[in-house]
Amino acid sequence: MKIIACIKQVADSEAKIRAENGQISWGEAPLVINPFDEYAVEGALLQKEAQGGTVTAVCIGPESAKEALKHALAMGADNAILISDPALALLDTQGAARVLAAAVKKSGGVDLVVFGRQTLDDGSGLTAAQTARILGWPMLGLVGQIKLDAQNLQVERVIEEGRQIVSTKLPAVLSVVQSIGEPRYPSFMGIRKASKAEIPVWTLNDLGISAPASLVSRIELITPPSRDITCEIIPGDSPAAIAESLTSKILAEKIL
Amino acid sequence: MKTLVFIDHFKGQVQPAAWEALGVAKGLGNTAAVIFGSGLETLTKTAFEFGADEVLVADDPGMQDYCAEAFAATLSALASSRSSDLILLPTTSRTRELAAMSAIDLNTGVLVDLTGLVLEGDKLVAIRPIYEGKLMEKTACSGKPVIATLRARAFPRPAQDKSRTGSATKVAVKADSPSKVEGYALTEAAVSVTDAGVIVSGGRGVSNNPSLTPPAGLDEKQTEIWRAQQGFKLVGELASVLGGAVGASRAAVDGGYIPYSHQVGQTGKVVSPDLYIACGISGAIQHIVGIRSAKLVVAINKDPDAPIFKVARYGVVGDLFQILPALTESFKKKLGK
Repeated sequence: MKIIACIKQVADSEAKIRAENGQISWGEAPLVINPFDEYAVEGALLQKEAQGGTVTAVCIGPESAKEALKHALAMGADNAILISDPALALLDTQGAARVLAAAVKKSGGVDLVVFGRQTLDDGSGLTAAQTARILGWPMLGLVGQIKLDAQNLQVERVIEEGRQIVSTKLPAVLSVVQSIGEPRYPSFMGIRKASKAEIPVWTLNDLGISAPASLVSRIELITPPSRDITCEIIPGDSPAAIAESLTSKILAEKIL
Repeated sequence: MKTLVFIDHFKGQVQPAAWEALGVAKGLGNTAAVIFGSGLETLTKTAFEFGADEVLVADDPGMQDYCAEAFAATLSALASSRSSDLILLPTTSRTRELAAMSAIDLNTGVLVDLTGLVLEGDKLVAIRPIYEGKLMEKTACSGKPVIATLRARAFPRPAQDKSRTGSATKVAVKADSPSKVEGYALTEAAVSVTDAGVIVSGGRGVSNNPSLTPPAGLDEKQTEIWRAQQGFKLVGELASVLGGAVGASRAAVDGGYIPYSHQVGQTGKVVSPDLYIACGISGAIQHIVGIRSAKLVVAINKDPDAPIFKVARYGVVGDLFQILPALTESFKKKLGK
């Protein structure tokens, strides 16, 4: 079983994100593996443990994104590959998907590609499906549970209405959600192994493709208007009195 | 401008944001509603009532269950043959995939989860939240057609005119699917948090009711979950009186109190209800950005210093196990339920 987990490096979710001179700033906040992608690594490792095989973490990003790959290695991934090229500075999702699909092809013999649900930065949640479409492989999105039996894959997809059970044949592309299982903490041995790992860097030249054209582009960043709210604490001698007063106030807002 | 509006539905239940998308398309010109499934007469009728100029249906047993590949192939072929300028979809779990794949087929881009869409000259300019609402961006797509998914409740719902009628146009179906739907396990949740007008949410605090005696034989973790489930019953009763959905903080879902599908916040779902009632939720930054576009936030917490009070219009400092039932009773009386 050859599994690829696609990850991205993003600003930590605690970060105060601001627009500064038309650029996004996250201040002193650390860059981390996208939290949803930790579930992708976990999902990939669970399948490796059940079926045997290898897990390779793949990330597009600058040299510093090797830290996110090291997190995946520390969790238990066998290999990591950084795709880095100055021509990839302004990728939209379909561009990223073209690069990742090329990396999957170059790796050869891949059975399963696992993504997180979306990233914390752009948050489009498109790249997994676009990678599947370019590869011509089945796409199973928002997967909460995986059952694999030889080349037969059956998953539970977590959708608005509940769960949908879908089956297909490998190779396939998945995106996973939290129900796949809590991401494991990197072990001490894992961290040691990861800190020593030499992570290969693939350029567009290595992938044999030119830089994909970007079809979606940002015109301007906007800081959302801050809401100045003063909280009115509802007083009362008893829960009933407080409730009476609070429901009157809510109903007076005429939003129900 | 010629727009296709994808009417996303599950077994005939339409995601309300699909009608909102229809309203946006009407403001831009010719509007064709696109409906996939089997037995679509009622939906066709409703689409005309909400203002569709045409209704294009792929009414076929092979399209009964959503399948990403078949739906994308059918939608892409339709957009190509009609030289559409724009495809609008409500943002749902299905449409993110569908839009993503159709964009590859049509060599264009997708503008996702928009809260604004305007025509500047002959160019569509979109506004969308990024970093889960910590920032917004103005963005555009240079491909044709432009594909855009619209956030639920960000655009007005068009009026429904019961006297408007029309007949559906059948379109070619490309139902080849590499995967097979084996079945469903549906949840009982009546209203999903993404398009709910009212959300009552519970956090870690719902598991702290000291006056309960758990059944014998539970270990510590099981006791905690049992306590939390009793707490979520109170949350659910208030939500039900208000016709709303039950939400939860990350702490509550991580604690195993309630399934992930209820999670509100940066790593869960970003919501925009008219009324959001946070019960026993302290208000981590990730939760607060997720409820940023709620119109009215009410917080109930025993800790007067909880950060949730900084974003709430009304607050109650007190015991949620006493306040919640009292609120439910009071709403019942005043709403005549």
